[in-house]
Amino acid sequence: MSKQHVTMTVNGDPVEVLCRADQTLLDCLRDEMGLTGTKEGCSTGDCGACSVTVDGRLVCACLMLGVEAEGRKIETIEGIGESEELHPVQRHFLEEAALQCGICTPGFIVAAKNLLEKNPNPTEEEVRYWLAGNLCRCTGYDKIIKAVLKAAEEMRG
Amino acid sequence: MAELQFAAPETVNQAIKILGGAKGKGRILAGGTDLLVQMRSGRIEPGFIVDVKNIPELTEIKKEKNGYRVGAAVSGARLGEHKSVKKKWPGVVEALELIGSTQIQGRASLGGNLCNGSPAADSVPAMIAAGAICKIAGPKGRRTAKVEDIVTGPGKTSLKKGEFIISFLLPEKPKKSSEAYLRLIPRTEMDIAVVGAGVSLTLDNQGICTKARVALGAVAPKPVLVEEAGLILVGSKLDPDTLEKMASACRAACNPIDDMRGTVEYRTKVAGVLATRATQIAAERVRSGR
Repeated sequence: MSKQHVTMTVNGDPVEVLCRADQTLLDCLRDEMGLTGTKEGCSTGDCGACSVTVDGRLVCACLMLGVEAEGRKIETIEGIGESEELHPVQRHFLEEAALQCGICTPGFIVAAKNLLEKNPNPTEEEVRYWLAGNLCRCTGYDKIIKAVLKAAEEMRG
Repeated sequence: MAELQFAAPETVNQAIKILGGAKGKGRILAGGTDLLVQMRSGRIEPGFIVDVKNIPELTEIKKEKNGYRVGAAVSGARLGEHKSVKKKWPGVVEALELIGSTQIQGRASLGGNLCNGSPAADSVPAMIAAGAICKIAGPKGRRTAKVEDIVTGPGKTSLKKGEFIISFLLPEKPKKSSEAYLRLIPRTEMDIAVVGAGVSLTLDNQGICTKARVALGAVAPKPVLVEEAGLILVGSKLDPDTLEKMASACRAACNPIDDMRGTVEYRTKVAGVLATRATQIAAERVRSGR
């Protein structure tokens, strides 16, 4: 099957990739670019494990075609934090033990960071609603919500 | 299987040409939150995907002489951030924003919600209540149609081969008008409507209703405009007797299915309840100026 040439920005770097029209952005990230931090859960937009941002907007990478990403700015879990220093959201996930198996974690962190960029001081209810599209079957959510609220507090300074 | 093709045209005319060349195998891609799921499950096998999000007319929100024009591919997240549209059409905006998660909101659109043809589509009863008008493009040129005339049955629309929706006109409202949309789901969010009800109304200075439109979702093979329910409200002060008559008209318009979400009796009863509550919320929004 022939592939289309797609140019996009991924985590700040210009990227050129060849992908088939039927490949999702998630397939492109994982299979064509080797960015396997973004996870595949349900592949129907229900679980949020594949959350990425496209031009600053939170989306499920499984519900977008790779070829749609032409000219767009994509941010994935790999773009969060520095090589030597974790992003506050990542650090608080560790400190609060907000993960167990880890499959949902990249999606939660991308989604939580996106929330805190729009709303630096969310209420617990706002965090819960924002993250309602990210499913976790291990933690029971409380630790995740706590981690996000603590990260928000730290980031507000 | 023939190879799937993809194009992202920048004008409506280019899109029409591509769809024409696809010989009925073309599918419009707006947010993709239904389309990609249906492709993956094998329910549909398109030959050509036409992404319309690079066409300005499909992604703009702009004020016009007769109201606001909202591109068919504008996402829920963007519409929800538009203060003027949200203030005047709170029912349409709250209905679109009820669909799915934050991630789905980043993509899902009014045009996609309508053309997917679900009887339970949340934004459709709200758009019908608001009297929204579709601008449609196709091989024979452009035309307009009322939102209530688009869906003809589950998954089916009145759009002809090669036609697609460019935008919706939300017609300007008289002063002292507002609207509301309510739906019932068994959980607090992210589910498919058991029943949905959209109400748009205008009051005069004495609080008498001068104009009203009531529409229901998930209670028939397609979203329905209950004209009689609106007419019952007109001339009243929305007193309990009038509201009960209106609810009764809503129940009479129901022709629902029995499924795991609700029985025929339950859906029918709830349709009247939600239409009543949506009427009260819309009236309260008029009175409070919000």
